This record gives sequence, C-alpha cells and structure tokens, in this order.
Amino acid sequence: MQHQLATFKLDNRLYGVDVERVQEALRLHNRTRVPQSPKEVAGLVNLRGQVVLLVDLRARLGREPYADDDEPMMVVVKVDGEPVSLLVDQVGDVLELDADQFGPPPPTLEPALRDVVRGVYSLEDGLLLSLDVDLAAQV
Amino acid sequence: MDGMDEIVREFVVESYENLDQLDRDLVALEDKPGSRDLLSSVFRTIHTIKGTSGFLAFGTLESLTHVGENLLAELRDGKRPMTQRTTDVLLRMVDAVREVLGTIEATGAEGDHQVEDVVADIQAVLDDPTGGAADAAPAIESATASSETEAEEGPAATAEDEAVSETPQVVAATKKPATRKITAKKPAAKKPATAKSAAKKPTAAKKIAMPVRNEDAEDAPAIAAAPMPSATLSAPVEPEEVEDAPSTVRSATESSIRVDVEVLDALMRHVGELVLARNAMTRLAGDLGDASLVRASQRLSLIATELQQGVMKTRMQPIEHVWSKVPRMVRDISTSLGRHVRLEMIGQDTELDRGLLEAIKDPLTHLIRNAIDHGIEAPKVRESVGKSPTGLLTLRAYHQGGQVVVEISDDGKGIDAQAVAAKAVERGLRTPAQVADMSTQDLLHLVFLPGFSTADHVTNVSGRGVGMDVVKTKVEAIGGVVDVQSTQGLGTTWRLRIPLTLAIMPALTVECHGETYAIPQVNLLELLAVDDKQTGVEYVGEAPVYRLRGQLLPLVDLRDVLGSPTRESLVSAVIAVVQADGGRFGIVVDQVRNTEEIVAKPIAAAVKNIGLYAGATLLGDGSVALILDIPAVARRALDTDLQEAVASSQVEHVTSSDTEPMLVVGVGDGRQVAMPLGAVTRLERLSVSIIEQVAGSAVMQYRGRITPVVDLARLLGDGGTDREELAVVVCTRGERTVALVANEVVDIVECAVSDFSDVSGYGLLGSTVIKERVTELLDLRAAVTSADANFYDAEDAELVGAGSEF
Repeated sequence: MQHQLATFKLDNRLYGVDVERVQEALRLHNRTRVPQSPKEVAGLVNLRGQVVLLVDLRARLGREPYADDDEPMMVVVKVDGEPVSLLVDQVGDVLELDADQFGPPPPTLEPALRDVVRGVYSLEDGLLLSLDVDLAAQV
Repeated sequence: MDGMDEIVREFVVESYENLDQLDRDLVALEDKPGSRDLLSSVFRTIHTIKGTSGFLAFGTLESLTHVGENLLAELRDGKRPMTQRTTDVLLRMVDAVREVLGTIEATGAEGDHQVEDVVADIQAVLDDPTGGAADAAPAIESATASSETEAEEGPAATAEDEAVSETPQVVAATKKPATRKITAKKPAAKKPATAKSAAKKPTAAKKIAMPVRNEDAEDAPAIAAAPMPSATLSAPVEPEEVEDAPSTVRSATESSIRVDVEVLDALMRHVGELVLARNAMTRLAGDLGDASLVRASQRLSLIATELQQGVMKTRMQPIEHVWSKVPRMVRDISTSLGRHVRLEMIGQDTELDRGLLEAIKDPLTHLIRNAIDHGIEAPKVRESVGKSPTGLLTLRAYHQGGQVVVEISDDGKGIDAQAVAAKAVERGLRTPAQVADMSTQDLLHLVFLPGFSTADHVTNVSGRGVGMDVVKTKVEAIGGVVDVQSTQGLGTTWRLRIPLTLAIMPALTVECHGETYAIPQVNLLELLAVDDKQTGVEYVGEAPVYRLRGQLLPLVDLRDVLGSPTRESLVSAVIAVVQADGGRFGIVVDQVRNTEEIVAKPIAAAVKNIGLYAGATLLGDGSVALILDIPAVARRALDTDLQEAVASSQVEHVTSSDTEPMLVVGVGDGRQVAMPLGAVTRLERLSVSIIEQVAGSAVMQYRGRITPVVDLARLLGDGGTDREELAVVVCTRGERTVALVANEVVDIVECAVSDFSDVSGYGLLGSTVIKERVTELLDLRAAVTSADANFYDAEDAELVGAGSEF
C-alpha cells in the first residue's frame, strides 16, 4: 500500500505528515508573538483573514530553539477542521512510500519525540519520522 | 422545534409575542381600569390564541383561553369592574397558557397540563354576581365540551351580549369552512387567526377593525360574505380602512419580514471581514499616496461604514423586548413581598444587539429582584422615615460613547457600606484591617465578590448566595462592566455598561515593546500622558500609583504583565485608565497608536488559556493584534498586596502629604478662589434660571431635592454672580447637600495649604499664587454653614462619593 507524506526538515532530521492533512506550505510572514504563552506557541499569523495559531515544532519536539536569523517556514495543517500552522526549518518533497519501508519507532528515540512519532520509514539516505499531526499540533 | 409543523411553530412564536404584550396590558390595566383600548387589546390577544389553538386542536389551550375571553368580554363591555382579583386570575391564565405553549414548543403537543384549577378560578370570578355572570355561563360550559360545539356556541353567546340583530347559527355556519380554508392556504401569514376572529366574532370586529392582509382578503371572499349582509360589518376585510383603523395596536407586519438570525449572523461576519479589508485598504492608499486610489478607498470606506451600520441595525432591537416582562415581574415580586412599587422605564427604544439583549436578561432580572427585595423598604418603614409608601424603581437605558448604559435605580434604603464590610469579614472574604482602610465606594464593590450575599434571611425572591458575582460574570462575559452607587437612606443605582455589539467593537490600539495590543473601548475611561517630571506618579512601597484628582490609581505596567523587559522610566509613557472588576486602574503602555473598529476573531485555546487575551484582531496592515482581556489583566496584575497597600496609603497620604488637590474657581470680577477637591462631591454647569428665591434664601432643585445655594461672589462681598451659565460646586455630606455657585471652574491644581499666606478676608483662610494669579483659599466650612447651619452635624460624617464623579 502506498502512502503519501509531506516532508520537512527540522534540526537536520526529516519528518513527514500525512499529505491529506496538509493545507499548504508558506514562507513565515509577519507573526505576532503571544507574551506569556507556553514556549510551543510561536505566535499568531493572519492567514487570509483567519487568525491561525503558530506552533513551534522545535519546541514541541524538544529540539534546540531557533536563532534570531533563522528563516523558518510554515506547514499549515488541518486539525479538527481548523488550520494550525507548524513552524519548520525547511519544507521538503511529497514522498510516496511503501508500507514495507515502515517500522515502529526505535526504542532509542528521545521521550519528547516518542509521543508524537507514529513510526519510521527507512529511506535510501536516512530515516523519515512519521508524525501524528493531531498530537504534534497540540499545545 | 425542527420536527414541528411550520404552522405550530408560527403559532408558538406569535403567541409568545402576544403574551408579552398581554402582561404589559394587564398590569397597565390596574392603573387605568377603564381603558377600553387596553381591554380591547387584551381581548384580541386572548381571542387570537383561542382561535388558533382551536383549529390546531389544542383543546387545553382553547378551554383555558375561552373562559378568559368570556371574562374579558364582560370587562370590555363594562359589565364588571377591573379588580385585583380579576387581574390575578387573568395573569394566572397567562402563565398557564405560557406553560402549555412551552410544552408545545418542546414536543409539538400539548401534554397533559392541569388547567382545571385556573379555569375554575376564572369561572369563580365570572360567577361573582357583579353583573353579566348569567349571560356568560352557557358559553363556559361549552368551553369544557368539545371544541366543535364550542366553536358554534362561543360566538353565539357573545353575539347575544352585543345584541346584534342576527341569528348566531347563521354566522357560525358560514364562517367555519371559510376560516379553515384560509389557514390551510396561508400557514405562515401572521393574520389568519385574526382573520378568523373577524369572521367568527362580528361583534368584536365592529369595534376592533382587524388588520387583514390583501392576500388574505382575496383568499377569503367567504369571510366578507358572511358577516357583511347580516350586520353590515364591512370594515374588517377592507385593507384601506384597516390602514386607518385607530385601535390597531400591533400592525406594521406588512412592512417587515422575519429573518433567520443565522442569516444575519453570517452577514455580520462578512461585514466584519469587509471592515478589516477596508482598514487595510485605507492604510495602503495612505502609504502609496496616489490621489485617485485615496479617493477610491475613501469611497469604499464610506460604503463599508454605511453597510456596517445597516447590518448592525438589522440586529438591533429595542431594549423594550427585555423590559416588556418587567412590569409583570415587578408586580409579582412586590405583591409577594408586600412592597408598593411604582415602576418607571425611560428609554425603552434604546437599541442594542439582539445577542446582547438576550445576555442581559438574567442580570437585569436579578438586579430588579434585588432592588425590590433589598432596596425598597416595606410601606410602613418608608412612611416612618418620611418617604412615600410607594417606592420608585427606575429603569433607564441610553447610549453613551458607543455603549449602552442600563441603570436600575431604586429610592430604597441604600446599601450600608459598613454592613457590607462586616459581611465580607464574616464570610472571610476580607480581613478587618483591609475593610477598615477601604473607601465607601470600594466597600460597595465587595458585593460583587463570589459568595457574598447581604440578605439576612433567604427569601424566595433573592438572597440565595448566588448574587451579584453572577451578575458581574454575565455582564463581563459580553464585554460589559457593572458598577454600583448607593447613598444610604436614599437609594441605589446599578449601572451596566455594555458594548453596542459584540462583532465589531471600537478599541484603542496601544504599543508595548514593539507589539500592538487592543484595549476595548468599553473598558477605557481616559488616557493620561506622563510628563518629564512624572507629575502625579507616586510610589507605595515599590508599586507605582498615580494621583488622579485626589485618588490613588494603582498602576499596572503592561510590560510587566506581558513579561517584556522592564521599563526604565515612566517618562513619556501613557497611562490608559480602565475600569474592570468594579474598580479602576491604570495600564502603563509605551504609546497609543489609534482608535479603530476591530473585529474580534476567535483564538486557539492555547492562547485563550493564558488568561490575558480576549481574542485577536487584524490590523490595517494585515498583522494580528491581541485584544487584552482587561478584567483578567486586573485580576492577574493587581494582587491584593498592591491593592491593600494603595488602600491603606490612601488615608494616610491624604492627611500626611504636604499638597492636596485644590479646585480653583473664578468668582465675581476676576477673583480666583481655591477649595479642597476632596470636599467637593460633584461639579455641574447649570443655567442661572435654576436658582430660585425662597423666603429670602437662594435654593435650587438638584437631583429632585431642594438644595440651598451659596453665591460665592456675594459671600465674599463682591456683588452677585451675574452669568447665564454657572459653575456649580456640589458638596454632599450624608443626606445634606449645599451648592456653591461660581462663574467658572478654572483648574484643579496640587498645592499645599501651608502655601497660603495669612492675608485674608471674610470667608477666606489665606491666599497664594496659582498659575500667576492670586488665589484665595475659601473657608469652605464657613461657606457651607452659611447656607446650611447643620451641614456638618450630619450623622454620616463620611463624604459621599467625594471626588469620584465629575
């Protein structure tokens, strides 16, 4: 069975989410920071008249925070029908993957990742971590 | 209601409206027992319900309204007088009808309501031999029989009453098929029931002249045919005549349509988007500076504004919709508590968004109950303190600064601030030390604390421990604020300030650490700029406060609240004075940007849960701005320590500090006189004509009381004040009030009493130089006692509302 994942890079690792859950990928523009919010909340953005929550995936996955001169991108996903924007380092291709490439998450995975990683696809040049969108976008 | 037949739904909605009208009419009838207009209106309403329930086969409803109708017919025809007992049974009937309607609304069927009691009660009143009872008896029996027979006999009985020379059977026979036909054809039309009544009851139609729609008339030649030849009643079915019919109380349905609220809501959302797009466009056009683009955007702006107003208007409803239930409620409550209450409603046609209207219903009900239960005293008590035994409850609604203000005032015993304090201590809500330092106004606000209830006894009307905090929560939920003012012995006023609409609200945009935030206008009182010398800024311990017209205003730095880098100096910052949680405080922001119309957008739970933001909005440049939740900011930032510190320093400061605020007024020919602002209750500008001479003394009517007037110019030996418009300085102490008249208010300045030299004359304590003018310090005590020798003997030595209202 073929599976399509939209991929993106985060802290030198490749992640993927179910392509059907992805609404669009955009350059980050004009975000409004939300003081006193949990660190996973990267701010709010105006997405065609809708105020959309921006989730800092690095913080969510327990990675190093962004430096000031980083230029992250946004992957907008649908959660319960509402758009949520995930902040990522770099947006990659949509990959077609076979079920036989899929395996359970390795036991060595960091605790912060273990909750949100559904499994791992083995690619020729490395691993692709498949994320549970609902959990990853949850703050 | 989904599964319900369209006709039944229409019937329920219409009947509810009619019942509200009925409540009002019945209560009004007690005051004007003989009013034929009111009686006719009541009669029509009941008749309509009876008629419609008849052919919808709601037997219970029909039997109920039928007896009521008989009673009303006698009243209308002057066969019996309107008595308290009559009103009681009629109101009980209305309640029963409402109950049955409620069941119909919920289930589509009548259910098995027991209405025999009510029917029997009305019957008993009818049987009361005060005239006309015998005539009505057969009609009532028919009501309990099947609806078929009733339909034939009912009109027959009334027809006899009216002594129309016509065989009743003929009317009944001709009209029945006709009305059924109409209803089947036009289920949604508002008038079929009325049309039926016109036909069914020719005698009523003669007087009332029912409004009938054109299409109804076309559909119903039979109606016209039936009554016309027999009793020459052509009026009911002629539309032109209907237009002129003087006693048609509720018509106007021809020019209005019913629209689903969801449609309006969607429209409102779109307009909200348009407003934001307009804001963006305006900004863009301004930036580009292209003249024709600016013109086009101005036009767009104009149209958007008009559209916005238009759509808002469709959602606006007069507050009367909520108030219509009040007379009945007041009557019931006051009767059950043995109070005499006169209700005055001012500004019924003040409009606000229907969603908000719905939301203030409960708080309003609660405040009214409270006013009658705890405010207005029993008649005997009132007489013993020299008041009229009938208490006055006033509801007042008006627009002010883009908000709707609703006031509920009573002239009852007022709130005893000390009792409130004691109760707060007893409930463990505040410590004795805390309340000892609080001002009267702050004490009154304690009633808004959860778990506070001043009722000594729990009554079934109010005082169940769920009190004002619920009112406050509900009002705040719609972005409003609630405030209370009370003078012991004179009464209490509760004031709700609510936004006109929730969807689009005016707000102030402010800047803090490079980000823009919106403060809803409803919370905003005024803006203060901090100057280079930080005038007015003082410190209580570490906490900054601002001395605003003699009162200390706690300051909250938005930077601290938002966790931004601490501000180094308050210089050039702006203080937004806001009201929340009944109190006021100042929010320090970097700078003020603009006031603009904002549209609140929903925000993710993760942001909402922070508890600082009410929502977000889009600014003209397309960026997102957070809307500050002012009550939440207040709760978070103003911890009790600070409030306590402010409260305790309040007294101490006023006495120990070297300077105090002085009110400077112009008197006579260019003289300036200063007086301590703390002793002034209010400043007014009034026409000279308000002053009257009584037995050689000047007095004026002020807030419904005769108040002695001191002309400062005359007092200081400078002739008299000779102006058209006067500055009136009102000093109130307990129940006593004295008005000081001057030419104008010059300024309010901070100065020390010790600055005044001893150079003085009669009525003066000294003089100093303020703003390069010699200014004399008024001997306020002497001035006041010259008009009211007993002013300072007033038992309640507390200055009421000093400095709190200008």
